[in-house]
Amino acid sequence: MILQVQGVTKRFGGLQALSQVTFDLPQGQILGLIGPNGAGKTTLFNVIDGVYTPEEGRIIFDGKDVTGKKSYHLARMGLARTHQIVRPLNELSVRENVMVGACFGHANANLKEAAHVADEVLEFVGLNSKAEQLAGSLNVAQKKRLEMARAIAAKPKLLLLDEVLAGLNPSEIANMVETVRAIRERGITIIMIEHVMSAIMNVSDRILVLDFGKLIAEGTPEEIASNEKVIQAYLGDPKLAERLMQGE
Amino acid sequence: MDAILRSLIDGLLLGFVYGIAAMGLTLIWGVMNVINLSHGSLIALGMFSVYFLFTGLGIHPYLAIVFTAVMGLLLGMLIYAIAVHRVINAPHLSTLLATYAVNMIILGVGTAAFTTSPYNVDFDLGSVKIASAVVPTTRLIAALVAMLVAGGLYLFLKYSRLGRYIRAVTDNRDAAEIVGVPSSQILAFSFGLGTMLAAISGGLIATFFPFTILAGSAYELKSFVIGVLGGLGNAVGSLFGGLILGVIEGLVPMAMPTTWTPVLEFVLFVLILLVRPTGLFGGNE
Amino acid sequence: MKFLRQHTSLWLSLAVLLVMGLWPIITGNALERETMFTVLRSVALASSLNILLGYTGYVSFGHVVFFGLGGYVGFYLIAARHWSLWTAILAGGAAAGLLAYLVGSAILRLRGAYFALATIGVNEAVRAFINNFEPFGGPTGMTMNFKVYKAYGGAGAALELSFYILVALTILVVLISYWVRTSKFGLGLLAIREDEDAAEIMGVVAPSAKTWAYVLSAVIPGMIGALFFFKNGTIEPGLAFPLHTSIEMIVMIMLGGQGTVFGPILGAAGYEFLRDALLVSPFFKNMQLAISGVLLLIIVLFIPRGLVGWLRQRSAKVRRWLI
Repeated sequence: MILQVQGVTKRFGGLQALSQVTFDLPQGQILGLIGPNGAGKTTLFNVIDGVYTPEEGRIIFDGKDVTGKKSYHLARMGLARTHQIVRPLNELSVRENVMVGACFGHANANLKEAAHVADEVLEFVGLNSKAEQLAGSLNVAQKKRLEMARAIAAKPKLLLLDEVLAGLNPSEIANMVETVRAIRERGITIIMIEHVMSAIMNVSDRILVLDFGKLIAEGTPEEIASNEKVIQAYLGDPKLAERLMQGE
Repeated sequence: MDAILRSLIDGLLLGFVYGIAAMGLTLIWGVMNVINLSHGSLIALGMFSVYFLFTGLGIHPYLAIVFTAVMGLLLGMLIYAIAVHRVINAPHLSTLLATYAVNMIILGVGTAAFTTSPYNVDFDLGSVKIASAVVPTTRLIAALVAMLVAGGLYLFLKYSRLGRYIRAVTDNRDAAEIVGVPSSQILAFSFGLGTMLAAISGGLIATFFPFTILAGSAYELKSFVIGVLGGLGNAVGSLFGGLILGVIEGLVPMAMPTTWTPVLEFVLFVLILLVRPTGLFGGNE
Repeated sequence: MKFLRQHTSLWLSLAVLLVMGLWPIITGNALERETMFTVLRSVALASSLNILLGYTGYVSFGHVVFFGLGGYVGFYLIAARHWSLWTAILAGGAAAGLLAYLVGSAILRLRGAYFALATIGVNEAVRAFINNFEPFGGPTGMTMNFKVYKAYGGAGAALELSFYILVALTILVVLISYWVRTSKFGLGLLAIREDEDAAEIMGVVAPSAKTWAYVLSAVIPGMIGALFFFKNGTIEPGLAFPLHTSIEMIVMIMLGGQGTVFGPILGAAGYEFLRDALLVSPFFKNMQLAISGVLLLIIVLFIPRGLVGWLRQRSAKVRRWLI
């Protein structure tokens, strides 16, 4: 098990963001995390990642209890993530951005090695032509690839992807899905938050469904698509429920 | 006991005036996240304004303060338009430096015009007895005026239309714009309100203390301390913060030499920033 | 040639410093030497602050406190304890570094304007404290007994020696600045500047990195403070902790280009020469503060990146060799 989330509860004042979330994640799996807006998916990432400390529960990463540890500890241990709203280091070049990931993440590279890793990873995500440009000058799709490149350069054991497909057109989505598969081939376990149902159903080995901070369903994409509770949770969007039922 | 009461009253009266000064700084911070580093020089301008209106034109000091207030408002709006508007959305360093630049300009011109010699508004209303303390009447009136201004500001912000606009822009500038509030003009006006308060406090101080062009900076530093004490952004908190500081300044000299007061003030300042940056009464983040 | 190209910024900076340092020696003019002393002092102070402000993105409005504290510690050790200049300078730097370490651990938790305010608070607190501290002379400060200069060959020779030491210190700070900028440590600082939370998520240990940046930015000003006041012969709180000196440092950094090695040098030199030029006319002398204010305002409003920053924006090539 690369990750074990046990009974995690997170409150913000009166708001219960996460309630008793529990699941295990075996190494090498692609886990999809879905749920309506505001269900607590990004909050869960933030708890796993050390940005928030849960009121209750434990996070066991790579066999060690990391509950309450700061983000940089987790990065060193092999955790990396991308953000829903991209956070490029604007005044640094694309290559320098990726080098930060390689230097300070699990890879713990020195500057020279980091430059090599950066070039390799930038080629992998298709940004090598932009290596010298300032990160702030990229468009949104490129910035998302940069986030992924930064995360991969750290040579993580577990990668948290937060809506990497949002705002992409169909061909960009197809490309990104291939990239995600290729990342798994490198031996990296992945948790993906996504709203693009077709993609996530396609690429995930297993799916977790979150609603109002609670885990309401867990299973294979086929099981989830026909799960009553899941359909109810998404009832606000009949088209979506229909697509789920048709197993699209 | 008597001595303590005297110091207490002294401190409280002064504290009201400090509070007004701090309110100017705090209001601007609360509305637009800008720390106005020209605050001190504007206090000094307020002092000089009352001086010249009184000594030069024979206008009664308290009336002069009204004129000074209006000029402070207008000057503030001008400063906003020239120096602050362009960098309002830039990183904090830009607005800090922009307002500091204005400070340098005002002090530079002021020093050239007035030199650094002390000036004094020769205005004596005798003294008044409060409990066992004998207090210059000017100080008492200054405190009363400060209370009036604070109350007026509170009512203005709460009940007037302009006040509502200001609160809207403070809360969420973009949302306010969407519903049709002219945010740039409101920001300019709010800045002007802040500088107006600074000018008023300067004018009040001038009625009972001598001053120089550089006197404002000491009050500016006090305003920082008070602002942080009361909660940056919380105008009413500033008044209380001012009273607390006034009381500290009044009572500390009883226990140790006055020269230690600044040490205490600034250590307190840093501690509060570290422990409760939102101040004792809660302000904006 | 490639070696030169690889470290262009460093060679350029050192070349400019060498010219500034050697010029008064070549001309043998004592007045020019004293002028250059002021310029180099500003260069060194600006370059030091740049490590915190330009690389890490934390704006300190009270940086002069390190200059002042180093000055007082050094002065006291020489005047009252008969230490030599060399050890006093080291002690000044150590004292400043220690203050930075202790204070930094606490106030670096604050962000943005709150941090800036806290640095002002620290400066004023230290100044007010020393104002009351009898061993350091309280409000009247301390004066150096002229006999002290005899050990260095007399007052004139001491002035010359001070200049050479300052040149060495300035070169040292530029080397440190370059080393930080091109190191892994420096990359972490830049990441913190751009987005501290994202940097932490990527693994940058921000708290310790910031504290070390703060200490590094404080040590040289401390040493220079000790040197400056040794040369000055007297020290008092108003001279040691002037707020506007802190601001001037920031202006110089912005003028030249924050976050670059060469920028602060250019900015400091430019600012000092401009100030010198203005002081010539009596009218400008009075208005010096106002004119500096106008200059600052123009920089902040229209060229916030400074000269080097503006150049770097033009092309990736410039970015590569002019750091």
